[in-house]
Amino acid sequence: MFTGNPAGRFVVLFCSVFWFGLAHSADEVRVGALYPLSGQVAKSGEDTVNAIRLAVDIINNKYPDLGVPFAATEGLPALGNAKITLLIADHQGSPETGAAEAERLIVQQKAVALIGAFHSSVAATSSQVAERMGVPYISGESEASTLTERGFKWFFRTTPSSRTQARDFFTFLRELNKGSKDQVRTIAVVHENTLWGQEFAKSVEGYLPEFSDFKLVADISYQQGTADVTSEVQRLIAAKPDVVFHASYDAEAILFARTYKQYKFSPRGVMAIGAAFGSSAFRQALGPDANFYLIREHWSRDLASKNRVVAQVAKLYRDRFGKDMDGTPARAFSAMMTLADAINRAGSADPKKIRDALAATNLAPDKLIMPWTGIRFDQTGQNDLTRGIFVQTLDGAPRMVWPFDQAAAKLVWPRPAGR
Amino acid sequence: MSGDLLVQLLLSGIGMGFIFALIAIGLTLIYGVMNVVNFAHGEFLMLSMYASYLAFATWGADPIVTLPFVAALMFVFGLLVYYLLVRRVMQGSMNSQIFATFGLMVFLQAAAQFIMGADYFAVRGGLLSGVLEVGSLILPAPQLAAVVGASTATGVLYWLVFRTATGRSLRAASQDRQAASTLGINVDRMYALAWGIGAACVGIAGSLLSNFYPVFPRVGAIFVLIAYVAVALGGFGSIHGALVAGVIIGLLQVLAGFFISSQLKFVPVYLLYLIVVLVRPRGLFGRL
Repeated sequence: MFTGNPAGRFVVLFCSVFWFGLAHSADEVRVGALYPLSGQVAKSGEDTVNAIRLAVDIINNKYPDLGVPFAATEGLPALGNAKITLLIADHQGSPETGAAEAERLIVQQKAVALIGAFHSSVAATSSQVAERMGVPYISGESEASTLTERGFKWFFRTTPSSRTQARDFFTFLRELNKGSKDQVRTIAVVHENTLWGQEFAKSVEGYLPEFSDFKLVADISYQQGTADVTSEVQRLIAAKPDVVFHASYDAEAILFARTYKQYKFSPRGVMAIGAAFGSSAFRQALGPDANFYLIREHWSRDLASKNRVVAQVAKLYRDRFGKDMDGTPARAFSAMMTLADAINRAGSADPKKIRDALAATNLAPDKLIMPWTGIRFDQTGQNDLTRGIFVQTLDGAPRMVWPFDQAAAKLVWPRPAGR
Repeated sequence: MSGDLLVQLLLSGIGMGFIFALIAIGLTLIYGVMNVVNFAHGEFLMLSMYASYLAFATWGADPIVTLPFVAALMFVFGLLVYYLLVRRVMQGSMNSQIFATFGLMVFLQAAAQFIMGADYFAVRGGLLSGVLEVGSLILPAPQLAAVVGASTATGVLYWLVFRTATGRSLRAASQDRQAASTLGINVDRMYALAWGIGAACVGIAGSLLSNFYPVFPRVGAIFVLIAYVAVALGGFGSIHGALVAGVIIGLLQVLAGFFISSQLKFVPVYLLYLIVVLVRPRGLFGRL
């Protein structure tokens, strides 16, 4: 409405500068966090927010022995040791609530950056609000590939999208094939048929041209909540794949593993996305038969053997919240640290400057608790330096076996027959 | 494709079919005797699976050992449901009967989630967890047990319904409530008996299933939908109809899953059901 009126523009500019000067005086930077703290995944939401609380606490206070950025100082050094004020909002897993809470955090609570939102569906709506209002939004754990395909300028994601996660399966197999006589050539994909499983299967197919040394011999999509997987397993037996890629939830993971055993289906490896094939329910249900399944994970406590910081942060988390850290909190922690790094480099609590600093992020791997090769955002706002890990259940416990240079235990491959 | 594979598929299909049949038999019995659809039937299955699991986890008792106890427990549970809930709504409209058992379903699911949590539990290494190998063919033990269990259950029910005095009373009560009462039959007791036996049947199914299927609050929904189709396909109230329909469904879904697509493996099942309902509304073996 002030366009074309230089005086009006000046008033707006002056007011906003003045406003930021007032509301964001050097002693605090207000960051809004959107997470599900009630509803079905309240527990996971709480665990995730706790990691962000820990990150903020490390930034705001002195942790002299800790090897992460901002631990040695109090607050953000480039902003006159300003502290981060975390404003936590509960979106209850609802995209509508998420959007409304994002607006409230920005307008009423004067948040200069948002972090969230666990659910991809909520990240989609709440980041739309942030985009519209010109506030940077960082996500450490919402994985839907589409989030970074919307051409947004204010959205950044540190976690790999579900599409890039599928890439690790191929990278793993290619590394495995290197110098091995026993080459893996044929792959079968078994997936449930809701969005998650379908997206995984689509991603795998999308990578086939790039990884043309592998051939897809069966793509088996089954109804989630199926009573019987005999026909699926018989198709696998007929297709004789070297390796099976799996995207299944808990009940079917147990059912598949048992049916594999019943019909003596024994590929060289079963590699799964999602935690079902390594969950405690799975291990409890299958006992020794749970061994040797490979699960693509984001994080493992085994990373501590090569990275001292991982052990330190994991211990702080455990001591403070009485629970072991796992992949999602670890990723949220990393997103918060990335945001803090950007705010510090921006040297200001101005959302535009924070956004530009985020876009220029380049964090080295030794600053991270993740197995990534760094954090750097591409044009779409996606971190393109992520790397997954593979965890294999060995003697009933999950052990990190890949990347091979960081492995805490030796991969068992091919999986012993009869398991 | 080899002949062995086809035989293996057929055997697996029949094996699963008997499990479906065992669940459907209890449902069809209750319907046949008193014209009430038990919407909480899947939750009866869930309860018996939890019972088998808990006995296993607490005392290490194998599901096959606890099977008679679970069946007895479910019999009592069936009686309780009848006396405390169903009997009270029998005088009301059809709707109130539907809502009563539907409400029971919601309640039991929520109660299971409240007490046991949403986690998955499974019996590990039970006596029936293995397989029987005949040449190159593989017969999973739980399915073999289901074949024995479902056939026995059908046989015993047949004997009970058609060869005993109690069975005569049951049939009389199902055919004409008033006439049966006039003849001195305690209709109320017959209805309770139907609920008890129906629940005991699903208790046996749950015990067998717990050998290879994990239990969680919503497990019943997965199986009960198939059981409804089996009951409708076989003919409402027909015990051998439910058995035959269960086996047909088991076979069809395995064959369709293998030859067509596993996503669409139940499409031929529902298609057959539609055809049967259109051509023969009372189902394969139902009475009008």
